[in-house]
Amino acid sequence: MSIILDITGVNKTFGGLHALSDVNLKIEEGETHAIIGPNGAGKSTLLNCCIGRLIPDNGSVTFNGQDMIGMQAHDINHAGMVRIFQTPEIFPDLSLLENVMIPALAKRDGTFKFNPFKSMAKEKAIKEEAMATLADFELDKYHAQIANSISRGDKRRLELAMGIIQHPKLLLLDEPTAGMARHDTNRTIDLLNSERMCQMTKVIIEHDMHVVFSLADRISVLVRGHIITTGTPEEIKNDPKVKEAYLGESEDE
Amino acid sequence: MIKNFLKSTPLIMLVFSAVVLTAPIWLDPIGASYPDLLQKFAIFGIFAVGYNLLFGLTGYLSFGHATFLGVGSYTAVWSFKLLSMNIIPAMILAIIVSGIFALIIGFFSLRRSGIYFSILTLAFAQMAYSLAYSVLTPITNGETGLQLAQQDPRILDSLAGVVVKDGLPSPNIFGLAIPRELSFNLFGLDVNIGAGYLGFYVAAIMLIIVFYISLKIFRSAFGLKLLAIKSNQTRMKYTGFNTRPYLLTAFVISGMYAGLAGGLLASIDPLAGAERMQWTASGEVVLMTILGGAGTLIGPLLGATIIKYLENIFSALNPTELHSIFSFMPEGLQNIMVTIVAPFVGEGWHLTLGLLFMIIVIFLPGGVMEGLRHLGNLVKRLFGFNKTESSIESISSVSNTSPEGEAK
Repeated sequence: MSIILDITGVNKTFGGLHALSDVNLKIEEGETHAIIGPNGAGKSTLLNCCIGRLIPDNGSVTFNGQDMIGMQAHDINHAGMVRIFQTPEIFPDLSLLENVMIPALAKRDGTFKFNPFKSMAKEKAIKEEAMATLADFELDKYHAQIANSISRGDKRRLELAMGIIQHPKLLLLDEPTAGMARHDTNRTIDLLNSERMCQMTKVIIEHDMHVVFSLADRISVLVRGHIITTGTPEEIKNDPKVKEAYLGESEDE
Repeated sequence: MIKNFLKSTPLIMLVFSAVVLTAPIWLDPIGASYPDLLQKFAIFGIFAVGYNLLFGLTGYLSFGHATFLGVGSYTAVWSFKLLSMNIIPAMILAIIVSGIFALIIGFFSLRRSGIYFSILTLAFAQMAYSLAYSVLTPITNGETGLQLAQQDPRILDSLAGVVVKDGLPSPNIFGLAIPRELSFNLFGLDVNIGAGYLGFYVAAIMLIIVFYISLKIFRSAFGLKLLAIKSNQTRMKYTGFNTRPYLLTAFVISGMYAGLAGGLLASIDPLAGAERMQWTASGEVVLMTILGGAGTLIGPLLGATIIKYLENIFSALNPTELHSIFSFMPEGLQNIMVTIVAPFVGEGWHLTLGLLFMIIVIFLPGGVMEGLRHLGNLVKRLFGFNKTESSIESISSVSNTSPEGEAK
């Protein structure tokens, strides 16, 4: 397996707080890698360092052989890394179909294209692709509704659809099931395990152990800015260090 | 199928052109069919339609668009002075020069969004106004305004052998003077276009052209992306779009529209003054767009027409006329009514405009277009068309032309 995302020696401090200290993480192509850890462990900071929202103090983030540090959000997207946010980041005033067509257009048009005389009605291929993707996520029956009118769980699935239509090389998911009811959570797990998505390389930040153990191929445990261990779900379950640092002291899940 | 046909571009353009070109006829009953006012409808319509491409699509509220109107006017007058009295080169130059101004102002202003963007555009506009008013007097002729002179070079005209003997030359379109009367025979019909109407028709044809461009932009992927920026700019960036060039393009296009409107103002009355760039003029186009309905195709045009029409009525009224309007009342009551109403007319007509604006924004945030939509739904319900229009249709045509949309 080749390594698609290589995080080496990343440090990030906010004032006196060491949010990340010397984090090393290698994500292999095709795997689903979960990052777990108690609140404030630095999981979101790590994700933000990967997608250009934060610039690490030192260390390197290499994606697919490309240095990611200092790159603009739109260039990172075109490099093939797509992030799904914790609070759904969709286009609330546009229809579901348009929400999914826009990422498809990004894939085709690049960062900027000025084509004011080509009508959207003629973009048949884009529309068909978008409808098919909505259907995969069981959202096609709402395609003409504006995105703000659907439920929160549907919004998160919509954002997932918006990410998937771009065929990313790596999908970063920030707590994909946070705030969802159990049956909604299970639906999302099924989706992420579905044929279309299970081959995709994914990094998942998640609190919910049920979700983590149903999805992950490998798990890394982040505690106070350090990755204390990385291993298969079985190894993590039986690791005394993890029990002590994480599961033992805060058994909230 | 019928729904698709009603929304097809050729049909919309046909109806739109017919409505605009026959405006002198159907506006006659409300006393708005004289050339001066019709010209204003068309010119400020262009201004508002262009402004809507920025504000309506991207949500960026510019408070400095009068700058481009003023730049367009100055450019057109300079073109009359130096090149030719033909309005075609004047309008082309007005569009180009205001586009360059928009590129520069937009480049800096668009580094910020929201209120900071608005303030930046306002600051640029005030700078442009002050420059035009005082510092750049050699170019703008300051307070007096830029005017034509008989001894202007007019290089192209003199090459063509046009000699101006007495008085000032008037702008023309390939030799047809704008203010003049025109009679010709069209397919056996005697057409007689009264003095000033030629100016209106020039502006009306420009309006039809720019409306077509605006319609195409609204329905293109480019327009959809602008709407998406308005909806969630962060998402747009993480979706892989560099939003800055999109915004700048929209800003420059709307600046060019304003430049064209300014050029047309100068073509009809060949002088340009700094007051055209004042912040009140920038504010006016914001009012027109919001009053009509920002983000809708026709709304800004309606807004421009309504404001210019009301301005025409209310600013012309004076206390004497008010007395005659209220003459059906007993004298005491009549005096009271006149005292109450007088501050709202004449010079004070902006008070009326302010009231109207407040009412619209509070009760119909979507502007007149929203009101019309409510009315349409009401009529549908009254006459038993039970397939209620889904109020969640987005303004772009994408979702409306989907196969399921037709079936409904």
